[in-house]
Amino acid sequence: MINFQYVRATDVADAVCQIAADPTAKFIAGGTNLIDLMKEDVERPSRLIDISRLPLNTVEETTDGGLRIGALVPNSDLAYHPLIAQRYPMLASAILAGASAQLRNMASTGGNLLQRTRCYYFYDTATPCSKREPGSGCTAIAGLNRMHAILGTSEACIATHPSDMCVALAALEATVYVTGPAGVRAIAFADFHRLPGDTPQRDTNLQPKEIVTAVELPARGFSENYTYLKIRDRLSYAFALVSVAAALELEGERIKEARLALGGVAHRPWRDPSAEAALRGQDASQATFARAADLLLRDAKGFEHNAFKIGLARRAIVRALTQATAGTPQSQSNKKIG
Amino acid sequence: MARASTTARPTVPAPGRIPVALTINGVATQLEVAPWTTLLDALRDHLDLTGTKKGCDHGQCGACTVLVDGRRINSCLTLAVMKDGAKVTTIEGLATNGALHALQQAFIDHDAFQCGYCTPGQICSAAGLIAEGKAKSPDEIRELMSGNICRCGAYPNIVAAIQQAMGQS
Repeated sequence: MINFQYVRATDVADAVCQIAADPTAKFIAGGTNLIDLMKEDVERPSRLIDISRLPLNTVEETTDGGLRIGALVPNSDLAYHPLIAQRYPMLASAILAGASAQLRNMASTGGNLLQRTRCYYFYDTATPCSKREPGSGCTAIAGLNRMHAILGTSEACIATHPSDMCVALAALEATVYVTGPAGVRAIAFADFHRLPGDTPQRDTNLQPKEIVTAVELPARGFSENYTYLKIRDRLSYAFALVSVAAALELEGERIKEARLALGGVAHRPWRDPSAEAALRGQDASQATFARAADLLLRDAKGFEHNAFKIGLARRAIVRALTQATAGTPQSQSNKKIG
Repeated sequence: MARASTTARPTVPAPGRIPVALTINGVATQLEVAPWTTLLDALRDHLDLTGTKKGCDHGQCGACTVLVDGRRINSCLTLAVMKDGAKVTTIEGLATNGALHALQQAFIDHDAFQCGYCTPGQICSAAGLIAEGKAKSPDEIRELMSGNICRCGAYPNIVAAIQQAMGQS
């Protein structure tokens, strides 16, 4: 691994002060992604600012009936937190669909949001990658692109965001709280992650001098009719080819409210207002689900090795909405898809 | 092997500048490491605790699993300096007074390994799994042990061994 300096932040203000003073520094919390990338020579910070001891590790109820999750709450603690399990089971399910028990014990909430793509070419410093070296081009477009995006791609990048947790947070319309030199600001989850465009080196709209301090969930948890369905090459411990977070509020057979977010298909968790609008007010039927899936995928574009994802995503959306309607969410231990 | 929990290990000189205090298998340990030293390398190269294995060194295989403050983690993706003050349990610390830990005995009883390279990580991970108390069924054990790869394919016996130890805890 490269050499670097190591310092500990004493509080959030000190962390912001330290990152503002050194543009080549990086925060470290769980370290599960950053240390790996440093071993691969992809990330080369001159200094690591350890924020892991800051008091951002609580889950608290908000006055409007939601929950405020500290940025340093470990993924496993969040998934098993009683209030998450009861009120936001789709989030718990998505977290438990990702990584391994050891990694979930280490990885933080904020770090999960900021993890980088697992595109092979991003990791391989011998190949061009515009995310790693802006302007150098995308090797994946004409390379091994089985894992890559089918929506929102650009000529500069077809990488996917690897998180499962973020797909559920997108569907739940969470808010990300960050602190920078100018103070605190709130970022709607839909505005947090970016599409690659011609600046794929920027994964998120977090500014270089800002730190994520919390993620807030609104009161609406969809705890009755939800699922997180993840399709992957192995039954466990693999990134999604396609994943679907589906959440419904039903009045009898009719869909009152619908949320639909996909993972593994784009540079950010993918939501489409027109697909959700096509569900709202309709009967919860296979025809309705298929219409929503077609709308969500209308601009999908496959590459040499991943065109199968378009059909896979369509079927996964229909299946996930069926599971959500029936109130039979996908189990994350028994992988039979019901 | 078990180490007596009352004797302090002498300070281990090492390249680098940052002092780190760890309680490893009950033994208060002081060392000085460079910031880029992982907990895995600190254990193996600085403290000669080579029971914890380096497999992939990227958090993908689980061979480096240890317990830090009672939680199972990948020691290859952890900087030693970040764990200053922590309690670390490695495979060397599971037996007590020369008696094997229930998981160690169960792995022998069920022939839950072939080459054995993944075994220290499997056993530490299983100890963490049992402490977490989330896995009951074989499906749940398999899922929550998926961070530990066994390339010999001893998985059915590993699950059986964990079930046996779980029944005793």
